[in-house]
Amino acid sequence: MKESASGKTFQVVNATLLTLIGAFMLFPFLYVFAVSFSSYKEFIQADFLIWPKQWVFDAYDYIFKSDAFIRSIFFTIYVTILGTIVNLLFTSSMGYALSRPVVGRKPVLVLVLFALLFPAGLIPTYIVVKETGLINSIWALILPVAISPFNLIVMRQFFLSIPGEVVESAVMDGATDLGIFARIVLPLSKPALAAFGLFYAVGHWNNYFGGLLYMNSPEKWPVQVVLRQLVVVNETNTLRVATEMVEQMPPPETIQMAALLVATVPILIVYPFLQKHFAKGVMLGAVKG
Amino acid sequence: MQFWLKRLYRDRFLILLMLPGLAYFLIYKYLPLVGSVIAFQDFSPFLGFLESPWVGMKHFAVIFEDYEIVQVLWNTLNISFLQIAFAFPAPIILAIMLNELRSNGWFKGILQSIVYLPHFMSWVIVVGICVIFLRGSGVINSFLGTYFGIDPIPFLSDPAFFKPLIVLQVIWKEAGWGTVIFLAALAGVDPQLYEAAVMDGAGRFRKIWHITLPALRSTIVILLILRLGTVLDTGFEQIFLMLNPFVMEQGNVLDTYVYFKGIVQSDYSFATAVGLFKGVVGFGLVWGANRLAKRFGQDGVY
Repeated sequence: MKESASGKTFQVVNATLLTLIGAFMLFPFLYVFAVSFSSYKEFIQADFLIWPKQWVFDAYDYIFKSDAFIRSIFFTIYVTILGTIVNLLFTSSMGYALSRPVVGRKPVLVLVLFALLFPAGLIPTYIVVKETGLINSIWALILPVAISPFNLIVMRQFFLSIPGEVVESAVMDGATDLGIFARIVLPLSKPALAAFGLFYAVGHWNNYFGGLLYMNSPEKWPVQVVLRQLVVVNETNTLRVATEMVEQMPPPETIQMAALLVATVPILIVYPFLQKHFAKGVMLGAVKG
Repeated sequence: MQFWLKRLYRDRFLILLMLPGLAYFLIYKYLPLVGSVIAFQDFSPFLGFLESPWVGMKHFAVIFEDYEIVQVLWNTLNISFLQIAFAFPAPIILAIMLNELRSNGWFKGILQSIVYLPHFMSWVIVVGICVIFLRGSGVINSFLGTYFGIDPIPFLSDPAFFKPLIVLQVIWKEAGWGTVIFLAALAGVDPQLYEAAVMDGAGRFRKIWHITLPALRSTIVILLILRLGTVLDTGFEQIFLMLNPFVMEQGNVLDTYVYFKGIVQSDYSFATAVGLFKGVVGFGLVWGANRLAKRFGQDGVY
């Protein structure tokens, strides 16, 4: 199709604006990346660092020697893996059962829907977690968020879309519901499990509130809580908990940015997979009914 | 009776599959709902909610007399409406711009990857980056100082900047992600409509006005109605992370207020009453919003 002159101008203006918007979204990451690898001198002199002239690794050296930071990273990896497994097990098994004409399906669905619309308050939930003895336990970060009601409903919708003949023929062959679920339905649901697994995993990795509420002792802080102390509250000595660091400390700014970046890396690693799967996940969400 | 026993036996494995999830809902969703009765007590953790004295509507009565809560409620609604006015249209505009981008598959692809990315960052990271940029010694202030000779502006502790910053952060984090649903709606538009419009002599903006926007109208209306149903929700993490003593009066919202009262000051009953108040009003709003959305001929959320 031929483009008129004004059409071309429009294209150029539009593309330029979009490039600027993209830069606006990307620039903070580039800046944090560059500063974390810069010397203090360069950081002080330059206004807009996006590429260090001279690569300095002091900040990374420092945080990787810090017990507090490394501990929080490994703790969070552990929570993320264990939590996501629990999420997927609970959500898929309940979602599948509710996609079959099981006894009591209607009332249970109403129960789930009501929980979605009327979330229990913060304080009573906190008291229940406390009374069940989960404070300072890794399970406090996992059990209270074992199922997202919304994900459950979308996953049930996905199971409903599996052709009934598949299940029926398995029933003919004498398979039990458990066998059908484990051997037929789950393998067929890999895309959905991947999409929800990634969403749940990102949720665990990014969870700050749970750590703030339920983890009282600094040794059990998830990485987001440590980051908040370090960057937002500006308590650079957070990293020194239980570590005697005799060497000279690199400037706090570069340490903060190195820590931000290290905490972002896992997301950046799964991001390509997220991108591949989220479209499916979002579209699944769009066809609920 | 026999019929039911038979069905229970037939569905025994499905019931087994349902049990963990059911237990989850009962313990972590419904037990706290039942526990909300402490809003009508002077709850003491030592007595538990069976022994704590009942005080009726005492705590609810305070809600409407307390100056601080009026302020908190105002902040909540204010921030929410600012979000609706500024953060809500952002993805619509961005989606239209992306949609207008001609060919250039790779350019569009990279751009989309970039604008989706912030959505997956935690609020700690977003607020952390914001703090790094805006603090006294941050990039923005040193830039203003070097080139314009402006003294450092206390962006983070000046109450005037609090609400704009909250809205700006939401736009930065979620505008790109928000385009997904609008782009999906636009993918379904028949290209012949655009061709016909060109035949009729329509320019770029006429096409956007008469074809693109009407194609998005129902999605926009539904999302707007549903958004209005959650005006009392401002999210806890972002606002909590941005709060400091200087901006408390402008920034304290219902969610953070309940946290400070309940967890920090251990005023369980009163904080629960405020939470319950928010829950009941929120439930009414969401329920009403969903009915409205359905009336507009869409599925609604459930």
